[in-house]
Amino acid sequence: MSVGARSGNGPFAAESVPGPITGPLPDTATGSAFLGSVIAERSVVVCCGSGGVGKTTTAAVLGREAARRGRRVVVVTIDPARRLADALGLAGGLGPDPVRVTLADERPATTDGPDDSSGSRDAGELWAMMLDPEEMFARVIADHASDPDQVARITANRFAQTIAGSLSGTLEYMATEALYRLHGDERFDLVVVDTPPSRQALDFLDAPGVLIRFLDHRVFRLLMVPTRRGLGVLNTAAQPILRAIGRIVGSDVLADAVTFFQAFAGMEAGFRERARRVDALLHDERTAYVLVASPRFDTVDEAVWFAHQLERHGIPVTAAVINRAHPVIGTGDEVHARRRADEARAADEGRLGDLWGVLADLRAVAAAELAEVAPLGAVTTQMVRVPLLATDVHDAAGLDELGTYLVGEIGA
Amino acid sequence: MGGSDSLALLTAARVVIVAGKGGVGKSTVTAVLARAAARRGHRVLVVELDDKPALSRLIPDLEVRTIVAADALEEYLRDHGFARIAQRLAATGVIDVVGTAAPGIDDLVVLGKIKHLERSGAYDLIVVDGPAAGHAITMLGSAVGILEAVGSGPVRTQAIEVLEMLRDARRCQVVLVTIAETTPVNELVETAFALEDRVGVQLGPVIVNGLAAVPAWLDDDAMVAAVIADMRDAGRIDEQEARDLGAAAAFAAARHRLQVGELERLAELLPLPLVGLAALPVAGVDAVGIDRLADAFGAVES
Repeated sequence: MSVGARSGNGPFAAESVPGPITGPLPDTATGSAFLGSVIAERSVVVCCGSGGVGKTTTAAVLGREAARRGRRVVVVTIDPARRLADALGLAGGLGPDPVRVTLADERPATTDGPDDSSGSRDAGELWAMMLDPEEMFARVIADHASDPDQVARITANRFAQTIAGSLSGTLEYMATEALYRLHGDERFDLVVVDTPPSRQALDFLDAPGVLIRFLDHRVFRLLMVPTRRGLGVLNTAAQPILRAIGRIVGSDVLADAVTFFQAFAGMEAGFRERARRVDALLHDERTAYVLVASPRFDTVDEAVWFAHQLERHGIPVTAAVINRAHPVIGTGDEVHARRRADEARAADEGRLGDLWGVLADLRAVAAAELAEVAPLGAVTTQMVRVPLLATDVHDAAGLDELGTYLVGEIGA
Repeated sequence: MGGSDSLALLTAARVVIVAGKGGVGKSTVTAVLARAAARRGHRVLVVELDDKPALSRLIPDLEVRTIVAADALEEYLRDHGFARIAQRLAATGVIDVVGTAAPGIDDLVVLGKIKHLERSGAYDLIVVDGPAAGHAITMLGSAVGILEAVGSGPVRTQAIEVLEMLRDARRCQVVLVTIAETTPVNELVETAFALEDRVGVQLGPVIVNGLAAVPAWLDDDAMVAAVIADMRDAGRIDEQEARDLGAAAAFAAARHRLQVGELERLAELLPLPLVGLAALPVAGVDAVGIDRLADAFGAVES
């Protein structure tokens, strides 16, 4: 085990030259026919799990495979890694509005004439967008405001910007809002959502009500009591509390907050109705929930926790994806390989010992991983294992390979 | 540079904030640093920012404290002459409002609490299992943000004091953690520059976690094939074993090449020392694993 420090300059291991890695993986997978049927039939797929488990990539691959199977798909990602946009072929990156992604195996659109639609009638489409919470917040406000002036007053407010950017749950709320809008958009028949990394005590399923609960807060209710003399004078019941807040955070900050809540007057009913509809969509039987985890206890815990949240809402887990699982090689176990390594070394066959040692290490990890993911077996019978690839996924070929592991080949 | 020297670099400041993208092993690194420093006789405190029991499982005998924003804010107000207000704010739930009204105040009070612990002199080293990379920028930038937004009052004072700590290399440094893969490396580089530019905090060595330990000769595919063929022909392994060994060697070598390439790229992109941490042949790290990893940082004194 090589552990040590070095300066930032100079080669790390001169004898190893990185190069392209090709060839088959030491693992066989045919993908999940069940997951294939999910992306073929459902109208919403929500991918959930903790950060760093490949959730965004999984969402992109599911969307891509659904499009290759003829569906008109939009994938909503939260802060996608630059490489993912590259892998999808989106040189300009992703924006707050859906952009069309060209599938690698897609035939170029025919230019022969508007009537020649044979061959493209059943072709799917892949679109992708990146959630911009502040932009989405502005759009939500615009939906419910009575006039452009109200929109301007709210979005220009510093407190509103804070809420859009950092209120706990806002990102999830905006994700459900985006989901709702895209679901109603006739261009698409499948919406795949990559949820924000879940944070403590926060529930994607409760997200539609975030702003409602915020507005229901008793302090805000005090602030929002209509004042007789307009914006300048506050409800007297709120004064002592407001003074206290003002002394702590400063009066400018407080003034922004007060202005914000007053600007909200009259919009509550609209927000409540929208929250109810989004909630209904999240509970719809055509909405699928795919848990994504890596084979480590912490991410498995998180996925199981999410499964319990779903259960609390009476929603079944559709499937679970275990990403980046080490390959299972051969049928023997670690102990056997370790013993063979020792025997080889004892017989002065150092290189054979090395080979058995590497196999033993890989088997140890694979076995430990199986034990780590066991709790997920209790929440779903549909588990799909995607092996850790020998290379980083950074292009269409890599996404294709993941697609094969997730849902198999088309027509297979 | 040996393991002991890298530990000295990693613990050069009294407060070490460990930050990195989700899934790169931040908590593991936090636990290993704490364990290694404790073995040297340092009085170590580990701070975690969310209420997950993982750390106490990894280092059962070390002091671990959880700092939650709401509690830290209440405590701060109590300690700064706002005792009655604090009580009232807590009772009415206004504490949420304060947190929302002044962006970053929740992060600031947490840093303030860490500063308070650092100033207490009770610890030689405070290792903070910091937030995910993106949030690290927001969190450590909270003091700067508050200074811009809040013109007076106790919160501003707190921001000034926190910033003093963050910008003093003897008192605080950030240790970024990554694994040797493309996306995590890219995000680490972005985070590193953002932290230097926006916060001005000292960056310690970068820890590259999960490095595969692979015998160097496995990189030579032809050599591997020849060894396997020889051993098979000599009757030392059968056909199936030959295939399994070949597959294992190919997989390990490919992962290793990927890692070496990423390490070289990281070294080019970022002028910071790199410290490697080996992958353990297990799925999740436990207390025993932490002990093994800490061995790499030099002498055990016990």
